[in-house]
Amino acid sequence: MAKKESTFFNMTLTLFVITAVAAVALGYVYNITKDPIQKAKDEKLKTAINIVVPGADKGTIEESKLSVDGGELVMYKVIVDGNCIGTAVKTFSNNGFGGLITVMVGFDSEGKIIDSNVLEHKETPGLGDKTSKSVAPWNEQFKGLDISQMKDQMLKVTKDGGVVNAITAATISSRAYCDAIQRGWKAYMDNISKAVAEDKQPDTDETVNETETDVEQIMEETNNE
Amino acid sequence: MNNLKNFTKGFIKENPVFILLLGLCPTLGVTTSAINGLGMGLATTFVLVGSNVVVALVKKLIPDKVRIPSFIVIIASFVTIIDLVMAGYVPALYESLGLFIPLIVVNCIVLGRAEAFASKNTVFSSLIDGLGMGLGFAFALTLLGAVREILGSYSIFGYKFINTDGILVFVLAPGAFFGLAYLIALMKKINK
Repeated sequence: MAKKESTFFNMTLTLFVITAVAAVALGYVYNITKDPIQKAKDEKLKTAINIVVPGADKGTIEESKLSVDGGELVMYKVIVDGNCIGTAVKTFSNNGFGGLITVMVGFDSEGKIIDSNVLEHKETPGLGDKTSKSVAPWNEQFKGLDISQMKDQMLKVTKDGGVVNAITAATISSRAYCDAIQRGWKAYMDNISKAVAEDKQPDTDETVNETETDVEQIMEETNNE
Repeated sequence: MNNLKNFTKGFIKENPVFILLLGLCPTLGVTTSAINGLGMGLATTFVLVGSNVVVALVKKLIPDKVRIPSFIVIIASFVTIIDLVMAGYVPALYESLGLFIPLIVVNCIVLGRAEAFASKNTVFSSLIDGLGMGLGFAFALTLLGAVREILGSYSIFGYKFINTDGILVFVLAPGAFFGLAYLIALMKKINK
């Protein structure tokens, strides 16, 4: 068979056929891999939550999103047997050595850090990637920290007058990690105080009613006597 | 050229990385560990074999003036397929290779083999050529990754044999150049 001539019609037809076949093939592969990819993503998220809120794999997760500082925070409230055992917050910082760092941090009901870990980062391998649990035990020191007890309520590295020991030769990554947790903590605490404010209204009413009943009962009892 | 020679030329004599110096961007970028190098190499092998075979199949049907865009579409399709498959079935490896998977599209070796070999040879020898070149690339990346991992973090395929930090510079970008330079020199010596 002779080689096709480069006429306008031939070229158009060839490119059209090739792209059409490619499109169909890719659509087919996409359909096959859609479920495994989604499953891998879910699995990854569950594992990430379970690291910062141990026991999350046995409970249900309530998800809520809010936008802060030009990015998106996601809160995962972990409920086991009807009790909230903690909230994992997916937070971020743009101040990493390689730009964006995404951090998952778990808080207990009082806002103390349960545990934290890096989800995504572009930090230098061997230095900044020590923020990740799988590489180094550096972020163990965040366990149990209570930001509300800190100076100015700010989580900082020791160089900046805080309590966090920065990674040697990766202060910028350490600062970004603190910044991400700080952002997550603030959003979490704001969320709690908002929820408390909403809850308070009916609470006060009930208390008042109870007091009134009590007073009436007492009065009735007094009258009876 | 017999098939065996055609297959083995990719490893030493015409190794894409050490001799042809093609596809150096992923070579320098992903080889922070041996497993990354191997994963990247095998993904590229898949794309090379696929695109070589398809290009050899349709070479007569493609008018000369649009052959490059046609080849690129074929290559990009295979890259997208491997991208989706890896994301679904080996998410951990997919994550550590990251952006370099979609970038296989612009790897010079792939288009180079399509243009220089597959568009002039039969389907079977193109398959052998793709396989040889791809595995040669994988071999080079794994070797460089292993050297960098051994020196940079004292481990091999994730198994740590000295429990301290390695010579950090080998995991960083300059280490890729050092490692590659010494390996190229070594290959020159072997080829003589």
